[in-house]
Amino acid sequence: MSMGLLRLLRGNKASAPVARERLQILLAHERGMRGQPDLLGVLREEILAVVSKHVTLDPTKVIVRLERGDEVSTLEVDIEVPNDFERKKAAVA
Amino acid sequence: MAKVLVVTSGKGGVGKTTTTAALGAALAQRGDKVVVVDFDVGLRNLDLVMGAERRVVFDLINVVQGVAKLPQALIKDKRLENLWLLPASQTRDKDALTEEGVGKVIADLRSRFDWVICDSPAGIERGASMAMRFADEAVIVTNPEVSSVRDSDRIIGMLDSKTVRAEKGERVEKHILITRYDPSRAARGEMLTIDDILEILATPLLGIIPESQDVLKASNVGTPVTLSNADGAPARAYMDAAKRLCGENVTMHVPAERRGLMDRLLRRRAA
Repeated sequence: MSMGLLRLLRGNKASAPVARERLQILLAHERGMRGQPDLLGVLREEILAVVSKHVTLDPTKVIVRLERGDEVSTLEVDIEVPNDFERKKAAVA
Repeated sequence: MAKVLVVTSGKGGVGKTTTTAALGAALAQRGDKVVVVDFDVGLRNLDLVMGAERRVVFDLINVVQGVAKLPQALIKDKRLENLWLLPASQTRDKDALTEEGVGKVIADLRSRFDWVICDSPAGIERGASMAMRFADEAVIVTNPEVSSVRDSDRIIGMLDSKTVRAEKGERVEKHILITRYDPSRAARGEMLTIDDILEILATPLLGIIPESQDVLKASNVGTPVTLSNADGAPARAYMDAAKRLCGENVTMHVPAERRGLMDRLLRRRAA
């Protein structure tokens, strides 16, 4: 009680409960991931394999990103394709 | 029977080396024969904290590589009869720490000492994994702060999967040691509480070391804090932790806030 009033007099809020909650959420997630294969790495490899069957591309220009949200998460796949790929395809065929 | 204890944390600067020196000295003061081993290859500091920096001739890697025999590399403490140091190399590469070589050195140390205390480097790389590889017990040094607790959790995961004991289906006995605990910040709700940390990490508590000038003073003069100011709060907390490591049942002392005049006045008014 007095501690709360003391805090009130000083005008600052306790930040420790926020730290505790953030840690609990983060660690629950990290513990789940432990020992799992690297999901993003696997996705990247497989997407790369599929796309490069049809399009010539630079593997370093493929970016796979996962953004975690409260309700939904988004998987973003960004593949840079050179403009002349159709011509190259034609040349090969 | 000899016990191999790793002092680890993941995060740097939380007090691993201070803790290694203090627990090593505390166990030796109790009469056990102790060696403290520095695994921080390239960034050794245990020699400095122990006040033996000018007496280093050979190091752990020299022994691992067979350049020096173990007794040649061991440095006897000048204050305590039962305390020895095996320093890390300052120049070599940490890749020189092979699992086979380290295993042989640890086995040899087991036959000569009651306690082999391995001071882990920060991080989760080779030095850290070698320091914990052969451990029977682990002290996870944690500050009451989010990044330290997160890294401790990661290290606990490694202790449960990457050690020889874990691979044999046995357990490494783990203990949390909370260091740099500041009672006044805890009272103001600015710091994770002891209960928060223990609940999150789900690991038993070995001790709570209060934030104190004693610790800095001890490293300044190169003396383990249990020897430099034996009556101080950190020294007593480390002595209690050492007793618990030996299986004694010691009441846990949570450092209390020393109230300043203003706090006391405000508190009276508030009550």
